[in-house]
Amino acid sequence: MHGLDYNEFLSQISGFLCGYYLLIAAMNWLFALYRWKNKGESRLALAWACVGLVSLILAAMSVAGNPDVIRYISFNETIKGGIDALMSPTTYSVGSLLILLVMFRYREVLVRPNVAWLGLNGMMFFMGLSLADQDFAAIVTKPDNVPIVGLIFLLAFFTWLATSKAVENDRRIANGELPLEATEPEREKVLVWPDLVYTELICMIALTAVMLLWAILLQAPLEEPASSVKTPNPSKAPWYFLGLQEMLVYYDPWMAGVVLPSMIVAGLMAIPYIDFNKKGNGYYTINERKFAYLTFQFGFLVLWVTLIIMGTFLRGPNWNFFGFYEYWDSHAVEAMNNVDLSQYFWVGMLNQPLPKPDPDAAFLTKVLVIAQRECVGIVLLIGYFAILPPLLAMWDKKRLFQPMYKRMGLIRYMVMTNLMLWMALLPIKMLARWVFSMKYFIAIPEYFINF
Amino acid sequence: MPSLGDIIRNSQIWKSIFRHPAPVDRRNRIVVMLTNFFLHLHPVSAKKQGIALSYTWCMGGVTFFLFLVETVTGVLLMFYYRPTIEWAYADILTLRDATSLGILRELHRWGAHAMVITVWLHMYRVFLTGSYKPPREFNWVIGVILLLLTLLLSFTGYLLPWDQLAIWAITVGSNMARATPFLGYEGPGAQLLTVGGIDMITNASDARFGLLGARFVGEETLNRFYVLHCIAIPLGVALLLAVHFWRVRKDGGISGPM
Ligand code: HEM
Repeated sequence: MHGLDYNEFLSQISGFLCGYYLLIAAMNWLFALYRWKNKGESRLALAWACVGLVSLILAAMSVAGNPDVIRYISFNETIKGGIDALMSPTTYSVGSLLILLVMFRYREVLVRPNVAWLGLNGMMFFMGLSLADQDFAAIVTKPDNVPIVGLIFLLAFFTWLATSKAVENDRRIANGELPLEATEPEREKVLVWPDLVYTELICMIALTAVMLLWAILLQAPLEEPASSVKTPNPSKAPWYFLGLQEMLVYYDPWMAGVVLPSMIVAGLMAIPYIDFNKKGNGYYTINERKFAYLTFQFGFLVLWVTLIIMGTFLRGPNWNFFGFYEYWDSHAVEAMNNVDLSQYFWVGMLNQPLPKPDPDAAFLTKVLVIAQRECVGIVLLIGYFAILPPLLAMWDKKRLFQPMYKRMGLIRYMVMTNLMLWMALLPIKMLARWVFSMKYFIAIPEYFINF
Repeated sequence: MPSLGDIIRNSQIWKSIFRHPAPVDRRNRIVVMLTNFFLHLHPVSAKKQGIALSYTWCMGGVTFFLFLVETVTGVLLMFYYRPTIEWAYADILTLRDATSLGILRELHRWGAHAMVITVWLHMYRVFLTGSYKPPREFNWVIGVILLLLTLLLSFTGYLLPWDQLAIWAITVGSNMARATPFLGYEGPGAQLLTVGGIDMITNASDARFGLLGARFVGEETLNRFYVLHCIAIPLGVALLLAVHFWRVRKDGGISGPM
């Protein structure tokens, strides 16, 4: 979209922006109406109505697509420059982890309807104010990226829904009551016709309406005919695999594309067999299964979803990182001088050249020389997968690991810890890269084993 | 004077299809669930908590519905589409420019994206309610396979329009197979698989070749992905869905507190 001049761009996006702000306005008024009925919340309801009014004004300001007016309803260059300057793979990844932890810690406050609503408004206004930026709009409105924007909002909503139910149940359990799902009126048997069948029917109709609307409003992309000589830059996998493609920054294809995905699938399948906690079956709760909950949220929300978002919106040509409002310049170069662990060890610490296998030597001799060269990495690897879990069980006697070991037995305990350690490999490699410019822990290019 | 509705409901045709009066009273609401083939996926009665929209989000149901939408729109798309390099792209163009009700491709494409999203949300819900715990462990495993197949369905379909977006996304994705340990010719250990000094794993015999049917994304790949996308994977999904739904019932219905 960068070929477009700014005025043309505005005239294209203004209609959408106007509709978008009208939607926010309507949402806020409905919410205000709904809150109005609650005692003592009439002031808040009034505030939400005002937010709706502001959004209405924004809608009016955007409708003409006049650059002099739109200027006032978009982030100015200083803010955008500031956000871009702050953003990097490091701040982004660490930031999303911190956000998850903060959300977890303050979940009781965050799920309150008015607070959550504030969050939703924040997200929506941020989107709106950003959309007047050409570079931001160019990636977000790309047809195949629109579903991800939807995913973000849906995940936010359902996370809120589940968390608020869990918080409510946890409060009840702490008071010695049953979780809501276990109370008498909820356990009562009802006939599936009409209670469930009608719900399903309504879901089906609503979904059909959404799909029709989506299909009418947004045309499916069709680019130039395939050509095996013109490589687009960036070349991206479909969006749901972009988390894996992002892992290629840190791992070679055999890890990022084969081993780690297989471990994800295996790990997911293993969940029911390693989570021995009998509580929290059939109702929303967090307190009764904190460990499982946090592990899953870390894997799903931080490692899977935020990496997809990064891979889609923030990775441009040559897979370089670009802030939200940066132009995807295909000539930007990122310096890459990463160093292998063996290099650090032999050259840096021992002041010796790397041992080099003689290419004509017998296979076994070559392997031995390579093993010598990579000894530190190999020891680390064995220590990580084989020795760390027992150490954890010995060291953490009370809280997590030793009790787990006792209840699970050796094999299940090792499977569980090893799966978790596999999951941790990615953040560990990220950290090593950011802090030590670490390229490979074990580098055996002779046999394509770089790790 | 009987109303038109009564006449229809008392006709022999109607009665041959629905073997009971309208489900307006308790008895017939039970009978309808037992005698209708499609409805008998469901139990007759269920705990209120388990069928609450706020509990299941109806996400499994929505995913299933999207699968049906994909099946119907997919069959219609097959009427217009020939999976060859000469025709694939041209057929998509025709479909866009010359077909009445021209949102078929949109419905199919956005439906696929939506299905990927809803299957994740469904898994998310099942996790958050701890519904994978005994006795539902195995249904979770089946679910994971369904998740994988859903992604593969989407992935194989991505190639079919045969535009730049398609072949390069599939090229990037399938390049990974080149690095499969032992089975990819750039994978760890592949060099070790030799017989009498001849490499067994070459770029014309490795995992990627098996996936693409060639050394790069080309004619053979298009054919292979077409068959996978339209026949093999949907059949697999349909079979597993049958097991999945059956198991929901056999594992005691939608989960709830013990
Ligand atoms: C094509 C994909 C899938 C479809 C169409 C599907 C459909 C359904 C449906 C209709 C239900 C009934 C309850 C509900 O709607 O929530 C259900 C339950 C269930 N699903 Fe799926 N599912 C799919 C994938 C998955 C995945 C990916 C998982 C987990 C990894 C999974 C695990 C389960 C489990 C454990 C139940 C029982 C839940 C309970 O009793 O509360 N399913 N599925």
